[in-house]
Amino acid sequence: MVVDRKIRVLVAKPGLDGHDVGAKVVARSLKEAGFDVTYTGLRKSPEEIVRRAQDLDVDVIGLSLLSGSHLSFCRRLRALRKEHGLRDVLLLVGGVIPEKDRQALKDLGVDGIFPAGTPLDCVAEFIRTNVS
Amino acid sequence: MNRESSSEIKPVVNESGIEIKPVYTPEDIAASGGSKRIGMPGEFPFTRGIHRSMYRKQPWTMRQYAGFGTPEETNGRFRYLIDNGQTGLNVAFDLPTQVGLDSDDPMSEGEVGRVGMAVDTLKDFEIAFEGIDLDKITVSLTINGAAPALIAMYFAMAEKRGYDVARLRGTAQNDILKEFIGRGTWVFPVEPSIKLVGDTILYCAENAPLYSPVSVCGYHIRESGANPVEEMAYAFCIAKAYIDHVLARGMAIDDFASRLSFNFDIFGNLFEQVAKFRAARRLWATILKEKYHAADPRSMWMRMIAGGGGAGLTVEQPQNNIVRGAYYALVSALSGTQTMALCCYDEAYTIPSEAAARISLRTMQILMEETGLCDTVDPLAGSYYVETLTNQMEERIRAVMAEVDAQGGIVKAIIEGRIQDAVSRQALDRVRKLERGETRRVGMNCYRTEEDEERPIEFHPFKEEVAAEQIARLDRTRAERDHDAVRRALDRMHADADKERNVMPAVVEAVKQYASVGELTKCLVEVYGRYQEPVYL
Repeated sequence: MVVDRKIRVLVAKPGLDGHDVGAKVVARSLKEAGFDVTYTGLRKSPEEIVRRAQDLDVDVIGLSLLSGSHLSFCRRLRALRKEHGLRDVLLLVGGVIPEKDRQALKDLGVDGIFPAGTPLDCVAEFIRTNVS
Repeated sequence: MNRESSSEIKPVVNESGIEIKPVYTPEDIAASGGSKRIGMPGEFPFTRGIHRSMYRKQPWTMRQYAGFGTPEETNGRFRYLIDNGQTGLNVAFDLPTQVGLDSDDPMSEGEVGRVGMAVDTLKDFEIAFEGIDLDKITVSLTINGAAPALIAMYFAMAEKRGYDVARLRGTAQNDILKEFIGRGTWVFPVEPSIKLVGDTILYCAENAPLYSPVSVCGYHIRESGANPVEEMAYAFCIAKAYIDHVLARGMAIDDFASRLSFNFDIFGNLFEQVAKFRAARRLWATILKEKYHAADPRSMWMRMIAGGGGAGLTVEQPQNNIVRGAYYALVSALSGTQTMALCCYDEAYTIPSEAAARISLRTMQILMEETGLCDTVDPLAGSYYVETLTNQMEERIRAVMAEVDAQGGIVKAIIEGRIQDAVSRQALDRVRKLERGETRRVGMNCYRTEEDEERPIEFHPFKEEVAAEQIARLDRTRAERDHDAVRRALDRMHADADKERNVMPAVVEAVKQYASVGELTKCLVEVYGRYQEPVYL
């Protein structure tokens, strides 16, 4: 039976950085675009994000990272994703992501990278295309 | 074609919602409230500036935000900036320090020394300020959630080096209420957080009367989505919340109000910003005089650092940010600021390079030395446009403040998450306007070329070994300190917090014994608990 439900997105703010203007803007725009969106709030550990993603049975996790700690965070997240069977969940990263780190992020299992300045509709479009 | 035809002229409404006319006349000033309250610089209501001679006597302080890695590296950047003519310091702390964690806390992994200097104990402060004359250079600490500990460390470090704390100048940001709206380095729930700000104000009034314990920030509220009117209105509501708290604890208004200062944002429409500051200065003086019955004119001064402009800068064509910085500095000077700081051209994506930091400094110096901006006070006074806009901005700031009060006050609005919700809605609106091209941003949504995609960008190198160095120093400090003295000081602080006494004397004692930021914070969390963020969408 196919259950027709909205695509579920968890927008998360990992680490200690408190700048969440961007995270909230993306979360709100995705909600307006028709997705079922939850925002975690600040300072979430990889464990908390994974737990939340499981509880909510999300299709997409979107991480907002501005402090520069994206690689170390995604490294920690990779093992947890495997462990908890979340490999089918689309993983997106946005924020201040230098070009030179993008391949490394993809190697860590990141499906889409949206640096600051990406048009909001691109994020929605990417999710629609890639969530089956 | 009739050039005078009004149908050709598109309506213009500024960010604060005020419709701008193509031409202003004396009638506009009269219709908006008149010119009676312009007054003279240095006199109530201080529309034209808080001092009579302003920059003729002393130009603005230049205080670039700086700090990264270890205290040694940060000390190097401080000296570099001072050697290049900077007149104040503004310390950036790493995220663990800002939220009250030690470098060896599991939550600190990957963040030690990344966006600012790592500080665990007084030892780090001793290193960071080595060789810097604290009488000549005033220091501003950008710290909020962990402010009591870091203010105490600054005093302890100064005292150890032979300075008299009673004559020490400087500023702590220490505006926790805005952290709940934007920036997010809160630790404790809202009410005890206000109590701690009150503790620092009371402690400083008694022990460090020249120190500014709080710099109330409209800046981050505006960066988070608020318009210029809301920026000032929310900041004033927050400042009033601190004042009300301290008054309720029995202190007289003139014993502390003069040490409160402000931190505001500049980007966007030049005239709107200048009018915003002139209007706000007048309104703040009026509030202090009429509502709080201050008698000392200094209590009525809206002293400020103004500049920054982060939300106006672009990742695209980053060199354009140098030009934007110059205009923001011009606005700041035309607005009668006390202190200026600019975001560096590369700051939209990295920790500023030495070269970028120097260009920001040179921008302010060129303005000061070459353009005649210091020659006369409030040069835009009397402009039909600026005076009209000043009147209109004041009226709108008052209206937003009245609205907040009518809904139960700013503290309640923050606890319920209403301000956060409103501001983040506007942030989305701001992005949409940029995406639609309604707000023009050069190099971002207009005048863009293909080659912009391949821009060479230099990132601040982050050294993974900073964490190990910092943890090793913390371990050494812990091993060498007097354990019993640390324990006694922390126990005293715990008891003082528990009994709702001022914790600052015990905090100062604890940091002198090399208690760490993390230990102090944990101890206070035991009493106050942690903030639970209301998440709205």
